[in-house]
Amino acid sequence: MKLLVCISKSPDTTSKISFTEGNSKFDENGVQYIVNPYDEWYALVRALELKEAGGGTVTICTVGSVADDSVIRKALAIGADAAVRIDAEPTDAYYTAMQIAEYAKANEFDLVLTGKETINYNGSQVGGMLAEALDVPFISLASKLDVNGSTATVETEIAGGVQVCEVSIPAVISCAKGMAEQRIPNMRGIMAARTKPLTVVAPADIQALTSFENYDLPPAKAACKMIDPENMDELVSLLHNEAKVI
Amino acid sequence: MSTLVYINSSNGIGKAALEVVSYAKKLGNDVVVVANGNADEASLASLGEYGASKVMVDRSVEGDSQQVTRMIASAAEATGASTVIFSHDLTAKSVAPRLSVRMKAGLVSGAVAVPEGNTVKVNVFSGKAFGHVKINTDKKIISLLPNSIQPEGGGSACSVEDFASNAGDSSIKVLETKKPEGEIPLPEAELVVSAGRGLKGPENWGMVEELASELGAATACSRPVADIGWRPHHEHVGQTGVAIRPNLYIAAGISGAIQHLAGVNGSKVIVVVNTDAEAPFFKAADYGIVGDAFEVLPRLTEAVKKFKSSN
Ligand SMILES: Cc1cc2nc3c(=O)[nH]c(=O)nc-3n(C[C@H](O)[C@H](O)[C@H](O)COP(=O)(O)OP(=O)(O)OC[C@H]3O[C@@H](n4cnc5c(N)ncnc54)[C@H](O)[C@@H]3O)c2cc1C
Ligand SMILES: Nc1ncnc2c1ncn2[C@@H]1O[C@H](COP(=O)(O)O)[C@@H](O)[C@H]1O
Repeated sequence: MKLLVCISKSPDTTSKISFTEGNSKFDENGVQYIVNPYDEWYALVRALELKEAGGGTVTICTVGSVADDSVIRKALAIGADAAVRIDAEPTDAYYTAMQIAEYAKANEFDLVLTGKETINYNGSQVGGMLAEALDVPFISLASKLDVNGSTATVETEIAGGVQVCEVSIPAVISCAKGMAEQRIPNMRGIMAARTKPLTVVAPADIQALTSFENYDLPPAKAACKMIDPENMDELVSLLHNEAKVI
Repeated sequence: MSTLVYINSSNGIGKAALEVVSYAKKLGNDVVVVANGNADEASLASLGEYGASKVMVDRSVEGDSQQVTRMIASAAEATGASTVIFSHDLTAKSVAPRLSVRMKAGLVSGAVAVPEGNTVKVNVFSGKAFGHVKINTDKKIISLLPNSIQPEGGGSACSVEDFASNAGDSSIKVLETKKPEGEIPLPEAELVVSAGRGLKGPENWGMVEELASELGAATACSRPVADIGWRPHHEHVGQTGVAIRPNLYIAAGISGAIQHLAGVNGSKVIVVVNTDAEAPFFKAADYGIVGDAFEVLPRLTEAVKKFKSSN
């Protein structure tokens, strides 16, 4: 089976979030980038498990600049066979998805996996856009995935429960918690990652549909009101009269 | 000009549906709802009270993203709508991106406010910041984060029409649907009681459940608690779990790590119970109690009982 996993980078989850240039740009000063946790822990690791069980190849694909190569090598160290970087700034989800779609069309994958969302922009958009461009089924927020011949069985979260369904492949599936356990790359993986192929391809001519204009930070929270642990009646009364939430 | 609102009515018409219709109304144009699912005619018609001028319903369309996308696209064509509004729920996450490609309409997901011109305010960096996204296309799609605006009723019921959208067959086959009975689904809950490793073991969750049931709240937990198996996975909130925005979030025995906060910082009011006065969670809290959860939670349950019986 030929598997494609879409990998994006995201700021380390403990990064301080601030902006520069009149709040129009994310301040990357001192920010460490990691593989977006959903892409790594869930999509990539499940793809590797499927390959280990049934054979095939796992290719990872990133729309990004040369600065992303270190993040791509991390994903290779976890076990992907090869990487493709489409050499462009991922300006919006549409632009990103259309770039990946061009590559995927030319290379015919059985299954394309994405993460549930990027933790910086939280759009949950790229996977569905990719599926529409490829004209294949899309299942979002999968928590389990198995493939048998040309049928994938997928468990997904639905409002307040789970649903199990079947879909024929090729398909695009976005991956959430439950899919797989995190894998820590070992020394051998890290060494091997250095020599695995990382192909850089030129972007297609695509126009983004949206643009981020600027950012702002939520207003600072007022100081926390401390309540005597012996006096829960006071808390209840504040929640009712002051906060008006009960 | 009209604005199209998509609603999946399979589970009836909930608060999220009223929010999106009210939101669409604020955009100023005629509001038409396109729905699938099996809600009865009266509840669909009640969307008129929130601003819809009519509801088009295709009950033959199931949940498959390809089918729903085709249905909405054909409704957009039939009504000449240039803007489509979703609630940013699970269906929207699978359908809105497809529709964006199909209609070549710029998509903004996770909107928290009414657009200013072509620019929409969204939640980014897991709730740690807001972004202002400009849509550069004439056709636009916005999916609204639940609990961002108040539904505004006051109008009158509208007409409900059957709509044959010719959406084709479903490309997925549903084998099984499992829903825990009687529980409040976490993302929809207005009140949430959550606990972490400070509770020491699964046998101590009784006091969390009692407080939750007294309040009519859902229960949640931190990641390690779900990972060790003390609590079911669907209760895990945070960066890698579910993101929630209840009116009230009560956190007991949770340190308040940044990845946990990422999933709960949209809550209107946060109450933190922790033995450690230095726990980072207090910085994000509205009300703090430095104390032992094993004493404070039962006391709070009693106080809620007392309050309910006197109100
Ligand atoms: C990439 C990444 C993603 C992550 N995603 C998530 C996520 O989605 N959600 C999440 O929750 N975490 C996530 N984490 C883990 C997170 O960093 C923390 O480790 C975790 O939230 C800690 O859980 P906790 O607060 O329950 O436990 P602890 O950190 O062990 O805190 C326990 C707290 O309980 C207090 N306590 C002890 N006894 C009592 C008592 N008797 N009464 C009251 N208080 C008491 C202690 O003072 C302490 O503050 C993630 C981590 C990483 C690296
Ligand atoms: N620049 C990118 N390159 C490759 N894949 C991406 C990129 N951005 C997002 N993705 C994939 O799309 C998923 C959803 O991203 P988003 O729509 O931004 O929330 C991510 O989890 C990744 O799998």
